[in-house]
Amino acid sequence: MVETLKKYPAEPLKCWNEAKNLRKSYYENYLNAHEKGGLRWAGGAWSFSAVPAGLGEDVYSVTGEPYGATIAFHKDFAAKCHDAVEEAGFPRTLCAYMRNYWGALLLDKFILADGTIVDGYPTPDFIWQDHICCSHGKWYEVVKWLEKKNGKEVPMYCTDVSVGYSLEDPEDYKVEYIVGQLRDGVEWLEKVSGRKYNDQLLCDAVWNEMKATSLWAEICALNQAVPAPLDEKTMYSLYVMGTLMKHRPECAEFYQTLKEEVKERVDRGIAAVPYERFRVITDTQPPWGFLKIFREMEKYGVVSLGSLYSFGLIGMWEYTPDGKWVPKPAPKQKPETREDALRAIVEWTLNRPEWAHFFRPELKTKMMKSIVDQWKADAVLLHYNRGCEGLSVHIAENRLGLVDAGIPVFPFEGNMGDEREFDLAGTTARLSAFFESMGLKKLKE
Amino acid sequence: MTQEVFQKFKDWIDNRHEYAKEWKEKTKQKIAGYFCTYVPEEILIAADVLPVRILGSHEPPIVTEPYIFAMFCHLCRDCLAQGLKGRFDYLDGIVEGQSCLHLRQAFNAWRLHIPTNYAYYIHVPHGVQTRHAAPYLAHELKKFKRSLEDWIGRKITDSDLDRGIRVMNKNRELMRKVYEYRKLDNPKITGLEAMEMVLSSQMVDKEEHSKLLEQLLQELPEREMNRNPGVRLMIIGSEDDDRVFMQNVENLGATFVIDEHCTGSRYLWGRVGSVEDRVLAIAERYVDRVPCPSKDWPEFTRAKHVVNLAQEYKAQGALVIQNKFCDPHGIEIPPLRDALKTVGVPTYPLEFDVTVPWGQFRTRVEAFLETLTGLEDLF
Repeated sequence: MVETLKKYPAEPLKCWNEAKNLRKSYYENYLNAHEKGGLRWAGGAWSFSAVPAGLGEDVYSVTGEPYGATIAFHKDFAAKCHDAVEEAGFPRTLCAYMRNYWGALLLDKFILADGTIVDGYPTPDFIWQDHICCSHGKWYEVVKWLEKKNGKEVPMYCTDVSVGYSLEDPEDYKVEYIVGQLRDGVEWLEKVSGRKYNDQLLCDAVWNEMKATSLWAEICALNQAVPAPLDEKTMYSLYVMGTLMKHRPECAEFYQTLKEEVKERVDRGIAAVPYERFRVITDTQPPWGFLKIFREMEKYGVVSLGSLYSFGLIGMWEYTPDGKWVPKPAPKQKPETREDALRAIVEWTLNRPEWAHFFRPELKTKMMKSIVDQWKADAVLLHYNRGCEGLSVHIAENRLGLVDAGIPVFPFEGNMGDEREFDLAGTTARLSAFFESMGLKKLKE
Repeated sequence: MTQEVFQKFKDWIDNRHEYAKEWKEKTKQKIAGYFCTYVPEEILIAADVLPVRILGSHEPPIVTEPYIFAMFCHLCRDCLAQGLKGRFDYLDGIVEGQSCLHLRQAFNAWRLHIPTNYAYYIHVPHGVQTRHAAPYLAHELKKFKRSLEDWIGRKITDSDLDRGIRVMNKNRELMRKVYEYRKLDNPKITGLEAMEMVLSSQMVDKEEHSKLLEQLLQELPEREMNRNPGVRLMIIGSEDDDRVFMQNVENLGATFVIDEHCTGSRYLWGRVGSVEDRVLAIAERYVDRVPCPSKDWPEFTRAKHVVNLAQEYKAQGALVIQNKFCDPHGIEIPPLRDALKTVGVPTYPLEFDVTVPWGQFRTRVEAFLETLTGLEDLF
């Protein structure tokens, strides 16, 4: 903990508008794809998005989780989505992103990045998904079912990736299981799109994804600096590019620009939170409608440095032989054939840190302890997220592991996408009490 | 005599732990607890290990609060609670076959906090509709077999596997024959009795269970049911061992003539075929079986199966139960509703928790039964 109160210089990110425009055009490109003769597909943020890229440069996607988060941020629209889903007979306990997404479809509305709601849900030409949590495949199975009720046939392909997690190289039969599905998937894409598949575009997209996801990890690693050049609330607006378009060249290019700027901020001692004196990390998705809790933290001089979620949802990491958790470098050479590209992206993806906890809680606890240690964090805020089974699975075990390691932990319950399950006043009051128990007092304005 | 058979099934459930301890004392063999029916019991039996399903006790599972976030289903928390309370202290090991995140948590918390000599997780594929699933699962099962061999200290031969397959196939086939008697206009077995038959099969030595089934099948043709079957109901959902609920509904003038539960028909439908590679044959059975909704995508194949069952067993209505927080089953409620509607079978959803609020449920179920018997025309 920093002993004396000090004010660091702070300034906005220069590339902020670029990030904003990228997000804006992403949603608009999906919406308007057909006007330009392009294709659009729907699927999850973790789907193998590089594979449909082989159908052409005019293929646009909307990924479900960031889309669900955008709806969650706009609480009025989210409430309408929840109502529509419950009226259709689905339980209110399901994944909140999924309900937001279905709700928009049922309402026949589409939300853009800035919250503009347009009439007419843009039906995807096909669904390209993967499945690791209980809801991933089912999410789009229902999308397909709902579209069919509207008289539209949307073909769906879903790749099963639930083969377990290892800090070592995955076993070959597990890799082959997934590669085999993707090989079939390429043929399926050709069939449903009527287009000839371009292996070179696939190789480019795989290469972009590996670079982008490695670069994002490098950017997060820069947050080990004191003061931290980025705070997590800002990072949410930056990591999202990797969840929307990790395979696209503009994503890798943006992360290169961002990395250079963040490096420069570190060199110049620029802080995200000017009165940084207590460093925390969080866990799982935040309650998107209530990001103001991060501003509440700043009133105590607290900066949230990130989380395994914001670092590892798309960022790729690995352990060095001496036990340091570091960005995983992209391979030196671009894959040159379809087979090489599919194998490369599967092996790369199976190392995704945010997949570890699905299978073994100890692995996530180990990574969180590494972050606390290497990023010099003073405490962990665990969001017991009722909106996401996938990222809340084993979270109680993670809490026990962190507490056993002597790390102060603040658990709070909420929901990333359903405001009815987040108590802002209560959480803020408990958070204040936690910070005070850590010896912090609210800073004077 | 028939009643004695059903009483035996019930006793086995009520005294499952005493049974297992006595079995262990008698045979000097190992017992493995499993959480989900995706664990291939064939291989455990081949290893002379008694598989017993870990199920809850329907008491509030407060002891699990430090280990599992309470937004996960009551089943996984209730299962873990049994371990934490020491009720399965005779287990030599635990095994889980991948089905859902919920039971995976119960497995991991058990592995981490309850002394266990052997804990094995089989990554049963979710993509069972792909052609790659069975060969992949065969790899996983061969790995599991090797691990078991290390644990028991001997090789599991093809002959052992043949025995495991034979025992499981026979038990499932016998129970399926009993299910045939549920198709009758006046079924010779109630829904509660069927549930107790299947549940007990998951808790005791299968060969012993099969002997009782053979006896039951001899006696059932002569069984006189001194009850009006009333409304023919189907019950659909995930794990369900709430026998009190079954009995209460059947006391309202209804009979559950068929179920689609993993403590019921989903457990016993499908057999292991004859293939030279025994492990591949077992893998194919678990890939081709009626799927848990967690594995049933991109097509709703289970919904078609449910519709077939409803028609074959002449169900007039269906209760669709969802264990609270179970996403795969919750997601399927509207698609199932629509699928059954196409064959004229109305559905009614009920959300189950560790205990069931029977007072409220009674009113709701009675109202549903009234709609099925045409009484709504009066209003």
